[in-house]
Formats: sequence, structure tokens, C-alpha cells
Amino acid sequence: MLGLAAAVGALIAAVVLSIVVGSNQLGPAELWHALTAYSGTTTDQVVVDLRVPRTVAALVVGAGLGVAGAVIQALTRNPLGDPGILGVDAGAGLFVAIGVLLGAASPVQYLPFAFVGAFVVTVLVYVVGSAGRGAPDPIRLTLAGVAVAAVLTGITTAMTLLDPVTFNRLRAWSAGSFIERGFDVILPALPFVVVGVLLALFCARPLNTMGLGDDLASSLGTNIVRTRVISVVAITLLTGAATAIAGPVAFVGLMVPHIARWIVGPDQRWIIPYCVVIAPVVLLVSDVIGRVILWPSEVPVGVVTAFVGAPVLIHLVRRAKASSL
Amino acid sequence: MSRVDFGSRTAVLRRGPFSIRFRMRTALIGAALALATVVVAVLALCLGDLPLSPVDVVSALLGSQEGLAHLVVFEWRLPRVLSAVVFGAALGVSGAIFQSLTRNPLASPDVIGLSAGSYAGGLIMIIVFGVGAGSVPVAGGAIIGGLLAAAAVYVLAYRNGMHGFRLIVVGIGVSAMLEALGVYLILRAKLEVAMVASVWALGSLNPVGWAQFVPAVVVVAVVFVALGTLVGPMRQLELGDDAARSLGSRVEPARLWLVVCAVALTAVVTGAAGPIAFISLAAPQIAKRITRTAGIALVPSALVGALVLTASDIVAQFALPDNLPVGLVTVVVGGGYLVWLLIHEVRRRR
Repeated sequence: MLGLAAAVGALIAAVVLSIVVGSNQLGPAELWHALTAYSGTTTDQVVVDLRVPRTVAALVVGAGLGVAGAVIQALTRNPLGDPGILGVDAGAGLFVAIGVLLGAASPVQYLPFAFVGAFVVTVLVYVVGSAGRGAPDPIRLTLAGVAVAAVLTGITTAMTLLDPVTFNRLRAWSAGSFIERGFDVILPALPFVVVGVLLALFCARPLNTMGLGDDLASSLGTNIVRTRVISVVAITLLTGAATAIAGPVAFVGLMVPHIARWIVGPDQRWIIPYCVVIAPVVLLVSDVIGRVILWPSEVPVGVVTAFVGAPVLIHLVRRAKASSL
Repeated sequence: MSRVDFGSRTAVLRRGPFSIRFRMRTALIGAALALATVVVAVLALCLGDLPLSPVDVVSALLGSQEGLAHLVVFEWRLPRVLSAVVFGAALGVSGAIFQSLTRNPLASPDVIGLSAGSYAGGLIMIIVFGVGAGSVPVAGGAIIGGLLAAAAVYVLAYRNGMHGFRLIVVGIGVSAMLEALGVYLILRAKLEVAMVASVWALGSLNPVGWAQFVPAVVVVAVVFVALGTLVGPMRQLELGDDAARSLGSRVEPARLWLVVCAVALTAVVTGAAGPIAFISLAAPQIAKRITRTAGIALVPSALVGALVLTASDIVAQFALPDNLPVGLVTVVVGGGYLVWLLIHEVRRRR
């Protein structure tokens, strides 16, 4: 409980940081004026129309990716579980590219395509990765995910290379970023993330028992098939919505559940709420770093999360047993 | 003296003090793969804007100076086809070494960060220093990047010995960082430079001529010769470090040299043609399945790599409206094969 309070404190600090820091250096008075008495000046617009939406976008995307990672890791009993590594991102990316070819112009129109892609790949990787019955073997699942992700990314890239206009339009999106993501895309995606998080929480108990093995879980009264189906739906909603808003953002889904486990231990009922709080902190801090590191220009948040997440991952795996579930 | 049962039919060749024992199945499949590679290579020499008949190609190869065929075959198509064969073999062997050393099918240069290092090194040359894709500085950058990435992954993953799982995770982490660097570089570049860099970054044989092929093939040949002396220790290392030591191998030097050879192979190919994805991951696994060897065999891996890359390059050039980078085809072919393999194994297990 104390840990969760500290995490919420960190989240509030990160939100404040995200609103305060940017390529326009604004004083506290200007910020306060913008937030409380919006009057349409340039500084007001910078704060309310640019920084607030991207902060909210980071909150939504973070919650989505963090919880999706936790559910994937629990469902597959695989410490490497991540929407990116298992190809769910890549599936959403491919279908978004198809959508762009069919005329989808803005991230809000990417949404349905991202869902279809995320769902197809989640099911495909899970079916290929599992031996039909029983939980999938982590190595096989990772192999399936890496293979599927590579194939889909290859097809996406071929499509964008054959069509330079699409290439240019997807270039900013495919790096993963919160630039120009307004409430017009965040609000339609938000309900899906909320439903996804609720489904994940609903699955937390059964996922805990399934961590003991499928046989023991059934004998404890867990409906394994139902849990798997709901988990897959949750992963689809969370990853699809997050990817549609921000593009593929790597490593948040991988690293955040590890951080949560490190704080609260292996209980999914606690890991998932922690992920909802911690993942946005990670994303917001990464986004702020991306804004200041090459000031006044920006580095996309997906690039920063890779630079932040990869060392964390390497550190985790170098610790004796931290990465095992 | 009783005969040892090796579990499969074997043949032994003896000449003076030397003898070599090989499995019949491996030898037959190796011969079939080599034949298929030659056929596909000749087909690749026939195809193009100026179609040639196989007879023209073969007579040009045998030294006929007649007509355009000689020019087309030797100046335009041969460097590309030969590099597909040699680079495919090099990638297959590079992957086989890593998979053998780590006893893990995932631990190919693609996954453990080596390709990403070469990619980043080459990309820095193209975007930051503005040199053309496929040139010698790009190759140099790719080799330096590959070696640095390999060293970084090794150092970061080494903790009271090497562990396959840790190696893969560290490799994924390092790859992700380097790929993020690549995305960032491409994003900052002008659109034209970004397109050129993106095509190189996917692995393409388009820019490969004799000037790129000759230095690369010299390095590959040297490494292959060096590997001849390392095959014995490699087989013993597959039994585990303790067993290898008790059989007389010097474990750490052997492993280090094997890694250096594998890094050199991947980096040379990346420098000349960009990171051609997935051959080094898929070729050893395909070879292992069709030859049904217990471990990862180098020669079949090389042959499968050569065949797959040569065939993929034909598909990349001629199957689609535009001339695509071959790396995209190898990704789809190699990745698709792995997916099929996984499904197939599931069916058989039931």
C-alpha cells in the first residue's frame, strides 16, 4: 500500500514535469494562467492544446502497455513477454499501414485497424506458441513471436517502400511518439483501455492460480479456457488502443511488470494496479527526456523508452533471479 | 573390436593418415542442396531486363566471349548472384556457430544484437558522414559496429560464465537500443537520405558489384579456412564445458575464436549488403531439420543459407512490381518457415 502511494506520488510528479517542461520555457505564472484562465494566447495554447493532450496520451498509452505486458507475462509464464517481442505491435503496425493505404489519415482512423492487427497476432502467436493444449512453452512462444513480428514488419516495410507517400506519413507514427496526439484520438481509445484494464483485473486471481500450473489451477476451480480468452481480449484492447495512439512504443510492457514484481512480489492482483501507475510514470519521464535531450527539437518517446528500458532489462537479467516469475 | 552404432548410416573416406567419417543422409542432402543452389544461381543469371537462355549463360561462364551474354553475365549479374551465394553461406555459418555455442536456436546474430550493431555502424556512416550505401566506409562502420555490439553483449551477459537465456535477453536489449538509434537517425535525415538508408538497412544486393564482392569474399574465405581448425573444439563445446575440457579442448580460447569468426562473417555481409535478416536464424534450423543431425552442422547450414538467399534475391528482384530489398524477402521466407515449423511440430506432438 505504501508502495502504491509512492508510485502515485511519482506519477503526479511526472505529470507536473510533463506539463512544465518543453521547448517553450514557461514560468509558473504563465502555466497557472493557462490552466486556470485559458484565454487563447500562444502560451495558453502551448500548455492546454499541446502539453496537456500529450500528457494524457502518455497516461492512457502507459496504462495500456504496462497492463498488457503484465497480462502477457502472466498468461504465458514468460518473463520476456512484451507486446513488442511477441509481435502484437507489429500486427497492429501492419494493419495500420494497410489502413493508411486504404485512406486512413489520422491516428483515430488507425484504431480499428490496430485492434484487428493486435487480435490476429495475439491469437496467432498464442496458437503457434502453445502446443494446442496447456500453457505455451516460453521459448517456443518467444520464437513464434519473434518470427511473426519479423514477417509482419517486413511486409509493412515493403508496403511503405513501394509507396513513398505512405512511407513519409507513417515515418513519424512508427517511431512511437506523442506529438500531435490530441483528444480526438485519445478519447475514442480511452474506453478500450479502461475495459482492457478491468478485464485484466478480473483475470488477476485466475492468472495467479495458473502461475502454479494448469492442473493445479483447474483443481483450485479456475476456468482456464475462459481466463485465456479474456486475457487475450484484454491484451488486444490494451495494445491495439495504445499502438493506435502512439505507434509502437517498445519496452514499457516488458520492463514495467518487472518493476512492479520487484516492489510487490508475484501477486497479479497487485501487479496490475501498480502497472497502471508505474507505466505512465516511465512513459512521461521518457517523453520529458525526449523533449529536453536535444532541445529545442525532440526525440520520439519510443526511442527514449528503448534507451531507458534496455539497460533496465539488462540490469534485471544480470541480477540472480529477478527476471523469473 | 565392436562396431560403434552411430544411429544412422555413415561412410568413411580414408587417404593416407587422414580419414573422414560422414553420415550418408547429410552427404546426400548436402549434395542435393549444392545442386539446387547451382540451378537457382544459373536461373538468377538468366533473368533480368535482357533474358538469357541457360545455354547462353553456361557458355558465357565457360569462357565464350560472344555477344552481349558475356558482358551481361560477368559485369552485371555474376557479382550479385555470387554474393547471394557467398553471403548466404556466411550468414548460415555465422548463425550456426552462435546457435551451437549457446545451444539455443534463438541466439543467432539477428537476435543477440550483432546485426543491430552492424546496422547502426553502417547507418552512422551513411547518415552522419554522408557516404553512399554499399561503399567501403559503410562496410568498415558495420564491422566496427558489429564487433563493438558483440563485445558489449558479451561483457553485459557474462556473469559467472555465459548463460544462453541471459545472452538472448541482453542481446534483445542492446538490439532495441541500436534500432532505436537507427530510427532516430532516419527520422532526422532528409527524406531522400532516409529512403536510401532505409533500403540499405533492410539488406539489399542492389549496390553489390565486383568492388564490394571481392573484399567481402576474401574475408569470408579466410574465416571459413580458420573455422576448419575450430570445428573439433566446437563439437566438443556442444557437450558442455566440462566434457570439452576433459576431451582436451581449451574452452575459452576456442569459444572466443568461434565468436570472432561468427562476428566477422555477419559484419562483412552487413557492410557489403546491409543486414539481411533471418538467414542466420533460419538456415541452421532448416539444415538441422532436413539433415536430422543431432547438433548444428556448419556445411549444411552454409548450403541452406546460400540456397535461401539466392532464391530470395530472385523473388525480391522479379516477383513484385518494384525491385525490393532482399532482406524483406528473407524476413518473410525465414520467419514464415519458422512459424510453419512450429505449427508442424505441434501437429506431430499430438
